[in-house]
Amino acid sequence: MTVSSNSHQQENGRFMTVMKDILARPSGRIGLTLVLFHILLALLSPSIAPYDFKLQNSSLMLSPPSGDHWLGADHLGRDILSRTLMGGREALLVTGIATPLAVMWGGFIGILFGLVGGRVDEVLMRIVDAFLSLPWILKMLVLIVTFGTGIGVLIPTLTFFYGIPVIRVARAATHDIIARDFVWAAKARGHSRISIIWRELLPNVLDTLMVEGAMRWSWMLLAFSSLSFLGFGVSPPTPDWGLMISDARGFMSFAPWGVIAPVIGLSSLIIGINLSADALAKALGIDRAQKAPM
Amino acid sequence: MLFMLIRRVFLGGVTVCIVSLIIFAGVEMLPGDACTQFLGEYQADEELLAQCRKDLDLNRPPIDRFAEWTQGAITGDLGLAADGKTKISTIVGDRLKNSLLLAFCAMSVGIPLALLLGVISGLWRDRLPDIIASTLAIFAMTIPEFVSATLLILVLSVWLGWLPGIVLTSAAAPASEFFPEILLPVIVLSFVMCAHIMRMVRSSVIDVMASDYVQMATLKGVPYWQMVFRHALPNALLPAINVVALTIAWLLGGVVVIEVVFNYPGLGRLMIDSISDRNLPVVQSIALIVASVYVCVNLAADLLTMIANPKLRTMYMRK
Repeated sequence: MTVSSNSHQQENGRFMTVMKDILARPSGRIGLTLVLFHILLALLSPSIAPYDFKLQNSSLMLSPPSGDHWLGADHLGRDILSRTLMGGREALLVTGIATPLAVMWGGFIGILFGLVGGRVDEVLMRIVDAFLSLPWILKMLVLIVTFGTGIGVLIPTLTFFYGIPVIRVARAATHDIIARDFVWAAKARGHSRISIIWRELLPNVLDTLMVEGAMRWSWMLLAFSSLSFLGFGVSPPTPDWGLMISDARGFMSFAPWGVIAPVIGLSSLIIGINLSADALAKALGIDRAQKAPM
Repeated sequence: MLFMLIRRVFLGGVTVCIVSLIIFAGVEMLPGDACTQFLGEYQADEELLAQCRKDLDLNRPPIDRFAEWTQGAITGDLGLAADGKTKISTIVGDRLKNSLLLAFCAMSVGIPLALLLGVISGLWRDRLPDIIASTLAIFAMTIPEFVSATLLILVLSVWLGWLPGIVLTSAAAPASEFFPEILLPVIVLSFVMCAHIMRMVRSSVIDVMASDYVQMATLKGVPYWQMVFRHALPNALLPAINVVALTIAWLLGGVVVIEVVFNYPGLGRLMIDSISDRNLPVVQSIALIVASVYVCVNLAADLLTMIANPKLRTMYMRK
C-alpha cells in the first residue's frame, strides 16, 4: 500500500514538473489556453449559442454581420455565430475518443512485437509498411462509403488507421530500451512478457507515446475536418467547421463571412493542439523535428 | 553493399505485394460487387445479376481473379472499369499525367525554396529571418489544406482577381492548357511541402553547425562561407532526401483535398469519384499505383542517402 501511494506521489510530482515546464514556454501557454478554451466551448456552446443552430430563416439568407446576427447568416439563413461556436463539438468528441484508443492499441502492439522480435516482427512490419504506403484518405473513404458516415463508423475507422503508425513509433522506442540492464534483469528473474511490458517497458515508452498521441490528435482532427469538407464526415444539419467551409465556399465572392468564421475556429484549435504538442515534446525532452508529413 | 541493395529492393517488392493483397482482399470483403453497383442495388433481379456476374467473370474463385489481376497489372493492363467497357489504363493515364504535372510544378517551386529557407533560418537561428520563416512554417503545416486553399482563392482570385480560382480544363487536355489555372494549386502545395522540408533542413543545419568538425574548421581559420558550403551543407542536406521523398509520394497520392478544392482533374479526384461511384476496379488500380510510387520513392531515397553518405556506405561494405 505504501509503495503504491509513494509511486503515485512521484507520478504526481513528475506531472507537476512537466506541467510547469510546458507553461514556462510561450508555445505551451498559448497552445494549452487555446485547447482548454475549445474544450470549454464545446461543453458550454449549446447553452451560450444565441440561436438554434438548425433554425432556418429565408429572409436572412447570406445576410452580412449585423446587431442581431453578429457573424451574419449562411445560405440557408442560419446564424453563423451559433454554428461556429458549436462547430467543434463533433470533431472534438470523435478525435477525443479515437486518439487515446489509437495510441493504446498501436502502442501495445508495437511494444509487444518489439519485445518478441524475430520473424513475426519482420512480417508485421511489412504489413505496417504496406498500410502506410496507401493514402490515408483512400483507406478511410472505402470504409466510410461502405459502412456509412456517422460517429459509429468514424471512431473505429480513425482509431484503426491512426494506430498503425503508432505501432512503428512504439516499436522503435522499445528497441531503444530493450537491451538495457533492467529489462535483462526482469527477464532473468523470470517475469512474464506481460509483466515486462507493463512494469519495465511501458513506463519508459510512455513519454514517446504521449507526444505521439498529441501529434496524432492534431492529424486526426485534420483528417476529420477534411472528411467533413469533402462531405464524408458529419451529416448536414450538425454544425461542423469543415462542412461549413465547404458549404460557404460557393458564396465566397459576396458573402466571405461564412467562410472566415469557421476557418478561425478550426485553425485556432489545430494550432493550439500543435503548440501544446510541441511544448510537451520539449518538456519531455523528445525531438520532434524529424517527424514526417502525413 | 550489393547485398544490402538487393535486400532493400526485395523488401520493397514484398511490400508492394502485400499492398496489392490488402487492396484486393479489402475490396472483396466489402459488401456488394461491381454488378450490384452497376445494376442498382435494389432493383436488379437475381437473373440479371447472375448474367452480369457471368459476363464480368466474377464467379471464379477470388484467388484466380487475384492472380489474373496482378498479372495484368505487371504488364500494364489494368483491366476494365466497373461499367465493363472503358479501359482503366486510359482513364487513369490522363489523370496520372495531370498529377505528375502538378507535382512537378509544385516541386520545382517548393524544394529549392525550402532548402534556401531552411539553410537561412538554420544559420540565423532565432533571429528575425528564422522567426518569420518558422512561424509561417507552423501555419503551413497545421492549417488544413482546404482552409489555406480557400483563403488564397478568396484573396488572390475573388478580391484581387490576379489568378483564376478553379481549373476548368478537361482531363485529357495537353499540359500547356493548364496554365495559368494550375498556379494557385501549385502555390498552396509548394507552401505546405516547403514548410515540412524547411523544418527538417533547419534542424539538421543547426545540428551540423554545432558539431565538432565545424568548430574545428572554424578554429583552423577556414573562412565562414567556405566552411558553410564545403563542410557543413553537404552533410546538413543529406537528411532532407528522405523528407523530399515522402513529399513526392504525398504529392502523387495524397493531394485529394487540393484537387477537389481547385477542381483539378488529377488522380486524387478520380480516386474520390471512383470511391463514391463504387467503381472498385479503378480504386484498386489507383491504390496500387500510389502505393508503388510510395515504395519506389522511399527506396530511391534510402539508396541515395546510402550512396551519398560515406559512413553508411563503408558500414555496409565492411559487413
